Amino acid sequence: MRTENQKAWFFVLPVLALVAFNALVPMMTVVNYSVQETFGNNQFFWEGLGWFEQILRSDRFQAALGRQFLFTFLILLIEVPLGIIVALSMPRKGFWVPVCLVLMALPMLIPWNVVGSMWNIFTLPKIGLLGYFLNDVLGINYDMTQQPLSAWITVIIMDVWHWTSLVVLLCYAGLVSIPDAYYQAAKIDGASPWSVFRYIQLPKMKTVLTIAVLLRFMDSFNIYTEPFVLTGGGPGNSTTLLSIDLVKIALGQFDLGPAAAMSLIYFAITLLVSWVFYTLMTKDDAQ
Amino acid sequence: MKKRSLIPILYIAFLMLPIYWLVAMSFKTTNEILSGFSLFPQTFTLENYFTIFTDPTWYWGYINSIIYVTINTVLSVCVALPAAYAFSRYRFLGDKQLFFWLLTNRMAPAAVFALPFFQLYSSIHLFDTYLAVALAHTLFNVPLAVWILEGFMRGIPKELDETAYVDGYSFPRFFVTIFLPNIKAGVGVAAFFCFMFSWVEMLLAKTLTAVEAKPIAAVMTRTASSAGYELGLLAAAGTLTIIPGAIVIWFVRNYIARGFAMGRV
Repeated sequence: MRTENQKAWFFVLPVLALVAFNALVPMMTVVNYSVQETFGNNQFFWEGLGWFEQILRSDRFQAALGRQFLFTFLILLIEVPLGIIVALSMPRKGFWVPVCLVLMALPMLIPWNVVGSMWNIFTLPKIGLLGYFLNDVLGINYDMTQQPLSAWITVIIMDVWHWTSLVVLLCYAGLVSIPDAYYQAAKIDGASPWSVFRYIQLPKMKTVLTIAVLLRFMDSFNIYTEPFVLTGGGPGNSTTLLSIDLVKIALGQFDLGPAAAMSLIYFAITLLVSWVFYTLMTKDDAQ
Repeated sequence: MKKRSLIPILYIAFLMLPIYWLVAMSFKTTNEILSGFSLFPQTFTLENYFTIFTDPTWYWGYINSIIYVTINTVLSVCVALPAAYAFSRYRFLGDKQLFFWLLTNRMAPAAVFALPFFQLYSSIHLFDTYLAVALAHTLFNVPLAVWILEGFMRGIPKELDETAYVDGYSFPRFFVTIFLPNIKAGVGVAAFFCFMFSWVEMLLAKTLTAVEAKPIAAVMTRTASSAGYELGLLAAAGTLTIIPGAIVIWFVRNYIARGFAMGRV
């Protein structure tokens, strides 16, 4: 049992100072910009909540938000079940386990801009392996730079390639913690593979699945580098996700006020959805 | 049993295909790449790698990246150790709220922080230094390190602490000579994840550097845009960025799965 001790704050102080420096100062800068208008020369005028209203009403923001939710929804829909299936079919022990784990973790260790370049090279028509195979062998008309649908499918497959392993590793960690006795008992009772999954494996994976879904939600909702390098948000605006749009406004057009207001709305949405996920998925434990 | 192992094999094959293509491209000449499709390099060349290893702008990109990643990993783990100890052993005013607040920093999109970070680090004259990138990356690495270490520390019974005090150990001596060796695996896993997230993050690293501490990503972007379309060179540079990660992961292969699983959620 943990004991009450207020001096423990001293242990937390370095972390607090470091994170507060990095989080609070920039956050206050953003809040500052979000309520002011500037015409350059470091002159600022009070704008109130005008930017927030403008952003929330703009079609551009709503479209980017819609694309962002669609993207996150699709990748969760693919990555979570796929991750569970792969984890379930992994061997429990033996020589191949560490080899499998290392190979599966490899995509997560590649810098994000390299992931984008790699998929760009992989999917180029005529030159790339996938582009050549689809266009010249199968005869499917596939060109990421021209067709929005191709671009979308490529961005989704890239994310599945990049991050499904995280779900696999987490689920696998949950699975190996199940004692053999559970399986033996299930065998004696004549349980079907489905009931073994439903009543033994799934409950054991619940904690790690919560972490997996939360992490995947947060990271996919904030995704920037990979789709930006791969498609640049195009063709047109078809793969312009929220972060890409935000950087366009902030660093491309240098509209600091609207960009700051958009940042805060963006952050609030991420926080809210994460909190809802978290409460929903841990509700059963509390009862 | 045979049928079941087919799924991991297919999955790994899917993961390896784009990586294979990147590596294959890096051994091709620009002429061969542009002239058409070939599954294997026809005229095998090491020229792309030679360019990278002889041009200082290229290889300094790697060295810069490794330096700030190392500073970040050491810094993150060192400040996270006492904090994780406090969270795992004591209750104190606002501990739950503090823990949640730390985790929310992982939810903030890096794109939001790019511009304010640039202004913040410029104003304290740290712009374009290793320290700037290392400090900026602690924003998301410190919470993660605290989270992982706390999980491992909770697994150590409190009796260990009490026995040490009875034996007359001072706190620092107990922490370093008795407690740390017990959570070696946890420190390894935390360091691995800090390394990983600092190594792959490129948006902040690029924003906070110009010349002196330029990461490999910035060098790659410049090559992709200015020197025409040298795909072979780009592929070779990409291939080299995979190697440090592959080396580090081999060391922690038996613990990676456990790392996240022991978290508090």
